[in-house]
Amino acid sequence: MTTLLNVKDLRAYYGQVQALHGLSFSLSEGSLTTLLGANGAGKTTTLRAICNMVRSTGGIEFDGKPLNNKSTESIVRFGIAHVPQGRGTFTTMTVEENLQLGAITRKDNAGIVSDIERMYAHFPVLKQRHTQQAGTLSGGEQQMLAVARALMLRPRLMLLDEPSFGLAPLVVRDLFGILGKINREDKVSILVVEQNAQLALELADQAYVIETGRIVMSGNAKDIANNEEIRKSYLGY
Amino acid sequence: MELFTNQVLAGIATGAIYACMALAVVMIYQAIDHLNFAQGEMAMFSTFISWQLMQWGVPYWGAFIIALALSFVGGIAIERILFKPLAKAPVLTNVAGFIALYAIINSSAGLIWDFTIKQYPTPFGSSPFLGSQLISTHQAGMIGVTVLLLIGLYFFFQYTRIGLAMRAAASVPESARLVGINTSWMIALGWGMASAIGAIAGMLIAPVVFLEPNMMGGVLIYGFAAAVLGGLTSPFGAVVGGFLVGIFENLAGTYIPGVGNELKLPIALALIISVLVVKPAGLFGRHIVKRV
Repeated sequence: MTTLLNVKDLRAYYGQVQALHGLSFSLSEGSLTTLLGANGAGKTTTLRAICNMVRSTGGIEFDGKPLNNKSTESIVRFGIAHVPQGRGTFTTMTVEENLQLGAITRKDNAGIVSDIERMYAHFPVLKQRHTQQAGTLSGGEQQMLAVARALMLRPRLMLLDEPSFGLAPLVVRDLFGILGKINREDKVSILVVEQNAQLALELADQAYVIETGRIVMSGNAKDIANNEEIRKSYLGY
Repeated sequence: MELFTNQVLAGIATGAIYACMALAVVMIYQAIDHLNFAQGEMAMFSTFISWQLMQWGVPYWGAFIIALALSFVGGIAIERILFKPLAKAPVLTNVAGFIALYAIINSSAGLIWDFTIKQYPTPFGSSPFLGSQLISTHQAGMIGVTVLLLIGLYFFFQYTRIGLAMRAAASVPESARLVGINTSWMIALGWGMASAIGAIAGMLIAPVVFLEPNMMGGVLIYGFAAAVLGGLTSPFGAVVGGFLVGIFENLAGTYIPGVGNELKLPIALALIISVLVVKPAGLFGRHIVKRV
């Protein structure tokens, strides 16, 4: 499989504070990869560095092209959709407008219209609420909306930051089921950052474990899930 | 009764101008979270440009359109040159920037066109509108142009991609960038549009208040009042606030004994303070709730 995203010796800074200390990993085309780690390990920072939302050094290559020094809004045009922590919902706008915004860089109007219908098929609850203000949706519905908004880009790579955060266990199962389906059927590569390691490892094919800004473990998701030592020392379950 | 109707209609006509100014202020407030104290001076300068063009023989509507286009470009230029570098600066730095802009534009206009009061033409004439004594054709024109402008803006923001992108950039800038919107240019575009809307207000009110560098001082205060009354977070509220302030100002001047022309402004502002005591976010504004 070809490498879609290649991150090399990534260092990121918040002001004077260094949050990532030379982190390297890669993601193959079509895979569902997860970044695991405790609070403050640098998972969110890694995603933010890929989209140039924090100051960073090191190499980030997407499909062989360097992403460094590209602005956040132009990185979207490479086909990278980022669902940020807290979902980033446009709360004062309608559900349908949120979906249209996901496709704001696309020019094919007919395709956008049919993709909105496709999202409604994926997430029927969004269709029921398409004229409602997005801020009035429940947490789980907003997460569905955030994923749908990201898919409206027709991305090659989707970055998901803690999609399970604040959701009821049943809703999380639902959501992860949909993510797996999107990965398999729509051929969207997914990089998902999670604290809920157990669930993420069930879903993913590839996993990396981060601790204080460094990769400490990597490998096949099944192997990591089955390795009791890793589970106990890094994942806490 | 005729006096009442007359005063209400006159209030709607000036209220239309306040609505435009309030809308311009709200557009910039939504984009950068600051009140543009120089909005009135920018509008005054645009009006002078149209006047100058007419002095050079350009017909009214030609001068109107050229002044609009120049105001749009000028608004973008002001944002790029002065306020983009201040984007991350503290509030007071920005306030100083606005005051500087106010003084610079005001003095430049005085320097170029001097401070004597000038007549400004109206394309609508000033005869009674449709033979009625209630309202003049110019007042009807003010209302008409404003209503057209508001309808146009509504369609722009509701049904065009760029309007959608501008709204998104103003409401959640970070998410807007993550879907690929260049928020920095959306802010500049907002400045351009606010500047052009202000120019329309200036050119419509100039025949009434006459043209001179301080012509927009009072108008802008009413515009601010309207924006605060309707809610600084709501363009719709700003427009409603503009009309309400216009009507209230006229009725208070006519019916409250002792108010007359001199006390109209304080009375209008007292009304606004009363509203804000009861509804701090304005009539249509949203309370901004921040998680801590």
